[in-house]
Amino acid sequence: MKPGHGEILLAAGDVDVPEEERELIEAFRRQLDEGLWAAVPTTGSGGRRQAQMVRHFDEIPRDADRVIFFPRAAGGS
Amino acid sequence: MLLALSATAIVILVLLWEVCWPSISERIERHKAGRARVADSDTLNGYDPGRERRAEQRARELLRSCVNEEEWGMYRDLGFLRVWGAMADGPQRGSRTNGAPYAYLLYPHKPVVAYLPQTGRLLSEYCVEFPDESRPYGSARLPDSDDVLAKWMALTADERRLITTANMHLPGRQVDPKQIKRDLWRLGQWERARLREAGRSGRVSAS
Repeated sequence: MKPGHGEILLAAGDVDVPEEERELIEAFRRQLDEGLWAAVPTTGSGGRRQAQMVRHFDEIPRDADRVIFFPRAAGGS
Repeated sequence: MLLALSATAIVILVLLWEVCWPSISERIERHKAGRARVADSDTLNGYDPGRERRAEQRARELLRSCVNEEEWGMYRDLGFLRVWGAMADGPQRGSRTNGAPYAYLLYPHKPVVAYLPQTGRLLSEYCVEFPDESRPYGSARLPDSDDVLAKWMALTADERRLITTANMHLPGRQVDPKQIKRDLWRLGQWERARLREAGRSGRVSAS
């Protein structure tokens, strides 16, 4: 999510293909270095939808189909 | 005779010029100004008036793909999301929920409002933003539905973190309590209608 733009596709690839996984890892790190938060939408027990925050690439479930980056929360006025 | 006619014609021409020149001059100036405005609007950094609308459309699709069908319907029909709280001691120390279930209302670009669904009592407002830190001054904000999705993700993933990040205020500081009461009433109506609909379709599918 980018302010003023909405959703932008940053990278796409298959984690089972080593070269594509490397590119995904680099894209992931770049976004976190820029101060963004990363979350993976998941389905919990009973079909409840929720999100899981991820700080490292290893924390992303292997079957996740996407990671959403969004600006870090800050206290508002 | 010819001299007199020529003199008369010259006088008439001069008088006509005096009468017509102001309106001609004004028309020329208007034409020039119009051309300048068109040129100025063309040079506004390639501003695309449809960009925000398209961004919001994409944001709605993204939100829809993340939340469940009930939550999406709630946002589509009512303009806000309700998320149930999960902390045993309530959203904040001293919020006196006494273990009662509590929930949050998520509005686009407004504080998160915590309340007790059983009684409708408002607990507090949590002011939270998602600023673009790469452009701290005058940065654009997230589309409405992205702002709601960001709150939803942050709350469902790590409620305590979001609540402690936000600035807490008493209810009514930014969101009018009357509006919230009205929204809670609308939410109740919406849920009842949904239950009725589910009952009807259940009967139909069972028959």
